[in-house]
Amino acid sequence: MIVREPRQFPETTNSLQNLGRRCLVIIGETGRCGVLLAQSLWAARHLLVSRRMRRETVAQMYVAGIRSIPVITIVAVFTGMILALQTGLVLSRYNQEIYVGSGVMVTMLREMGPFMTGLILAACVGSSMAAQLGTMMVNDEIAALEIMSIDPVRFLMTPRMVAMLVMTPVLSFYTCMMGVLGGGVVAMTQLNLKWSQYMVNAMDFADIKDLYVGLFKSVIFGATIVTVACYEGFTTEQGAVGVGMATRRSVISAFLLILVLGYFVTRIFYN
Amino acid sequence: MIRFESVTKQFGRRKVLDEISFEIRKGEVFVIVGASGTGKSVTLKHMVRLLTPNAGRVMIDDVVINHAYGRELERVRERFGYLFQGGALLAWMNVFDNVALPLREKTRMGKDEIARKVRETLAMVGLENDGDKMPSEISGGMQKRAGLARAIVRDPEIVLYDEPTSGLDPVTARMIDQLIARLNRQIGITSVVVTHDLHSALTIGDRIAMLKNGKVAELSTPAEFRKSRNPAVREFLDAQFITPEAQEGGF
Repeated sequence: MIVREPRQFPETTNSLQNLGRRCLVIIGETGRCGVLLAQSLWAARHLLVSRRMRRETVAQMYVAGIRSIPVITIVAVFTGMILALQTGLVLSRYNQEIYVGSGVMVTMLREMGPFMTGLILAACVGSSMAAQLGTMMVNDEIAALEIMSIDPVRFLMTPRMVAMLVMTPVLSFYTCMMGVLGGGVVAMTQLNLKWSQYMVNAMDFADIKDLYVGLFKSVIFGATIVTVACYEGFTTEQGAVGVGMATRRSVISAFLLILVLGYFVTRIFYN
Repeated sequence: MIRFESVTKQFGRRKVLDEISFEIRKGEVFVIVGASGTGKSVTLKHMVRLLTPNAGRVMIDDVVINHAYGRELERVRERFGYLFQGGALLAWMNVFDNVALPLREKTRMGKDEIARKVRETLAMVGLENDGDKMPSEISGGMQKRAGLARAIVRDPEIVLYDEPTSGLDPVTARMIDQLIARLNRQIGITSVVVTHDLHSALTIGDRIAMLKNGKVAELSTPAEFRKSRNPAVREFLDAQFITPEAQEGGF
C-alpha cells in the first residue's frame, strides 16, 4: 500500500480513453483501500498482546471522540433546532405541531445522527490523519518504520481504525440525543409545546431498529473515514504540496462515500 | 555482500539508474557520490527494497531481493540500519523512545535491558543527556545523530547513510564522519554512505563510486579517485577545491 514511485499511466489520446483510464484508477484505488481496510482489521488481533497498541488506541479514541465533542454538540443541537423549527412550522398549519418530536427523533436516529457525525469526523479527524501520515510519508518516517520491519499499517492505522470503530457509534448516539434536545428547546420556546409532550411523542416514535441501523451506519462511516485518510496519507508524494492534496482528497472522498454508502445502507434496511 | 547487477530504474520516461553494476564488500565503507538527481538515494533505497528496479537484480549475499516480500523481506531488512537525510525521527516520541522503538517492537528484551542498550547507544552518538527531548527541541545535527542511534541500536551488519553530513556545521559533520569510521573499524559494520561532501568521502571511504547520468562513472579507492583523469570526477573534485596532491585524511 505504501507508494513511493509516481503513478504511471499510459498516454491517452481521446476523451473516451481518458474516461477509461479514470475508471481503471478508481477501481484500482478502491481495491487497494479494501486491502488496506482488511490489513488494518486483521492487525487488530495484536491489541490483545501489545500494550503500546492499546495505549495508542486509547489516545486515538481521545483525539477522535473527546476532542470532537464541542463541534459535534454545536452542530447536533442546531441541526435538531432547525429540524424542529421547519417541521414545526409545516405541522402547525394543520395544528399537528405536537408531532414535531417524532419527526426530530426519527430523522436524527435514522439519518442525521450518523450522517452529521460522519461529516464532522471526516473533516476534523480524517483530514488530520491524512495530513499526519502524509507528512510522515514525505519525511521518510514511514520508510524508517518499514526498514525497522515495523508494519506501518499495524503501527499507525490499526489503533486509529479501532478507535474510530468504537467512537463513531458513541458519538452518533450522542449527536442524536443532542439533536433531540435542541429540537425540544425549539418546541418549547417557539411551538408552545411542553417538554413532556415533546418527549413523549419523540419516544413513542423512537424505534430500536432505527437506532441499530443508525449505529451500524456510523460504524461503516468510521471505517470509511479511516481507510480513505490512511490510504491518502500512505500514498502522499511531492512534499508539502502533496500533503495538502492528500488532505483535500481524503475529506472530499470521505464526504462523497458517506453520502453514497449512507444511501445504500438505508436502502438495504428500509426497502 | 551487496551486489547490483545491471540495475535500471525509471520514473516515467526519466531513467535514473541505467544498468548500473557494482559490489559492496563485507566490512568496507562504500561511498556513493555524485551531483543532485543522479540517483544516489535511489540506489540506497534499492538496497532495502524501498524501491524495486525495472530491470536487473539487487542481491544481498546470495538472496535476490527484487521481489522479496513478507517475512523474507523482514529478514533482509533486519540486517540493515538506515540513516535518513532528515533523521526521520517520529515527531511524537522523545529521542529515547525513538531509539528504543525497534527494540520494543522487534525484540523480546526486557525494559531494563532496553533502557541500558538505548543509553549506551545514545552515549555513542553523544546524546546521553538528550534522551528526554522531543525531536522538535533538538538541532538538525542532533536529529541526525539520534537517527543514527536508532539505526545502529539493533547492531545491524550494514548501515546505509543518506547524506549524513548535509546541512551540518563542519565540526558536527566531522564528528559524524568519525562516528561512521569508528563503527566500521570497531564493530565491523559495513557502511554505504551517500554524500555530496567529497572531503567526507575521501576521509572515511574505502572505495568511492561516482554516479553520473545514471551510470557508475568511476569506482576506485580514495587515492585513485583523487588522481583520476575522468572529467566528471575532476569537475567534482575541482568544485570542492580538492587537488590530486592534497593530503589523505582518515581517522
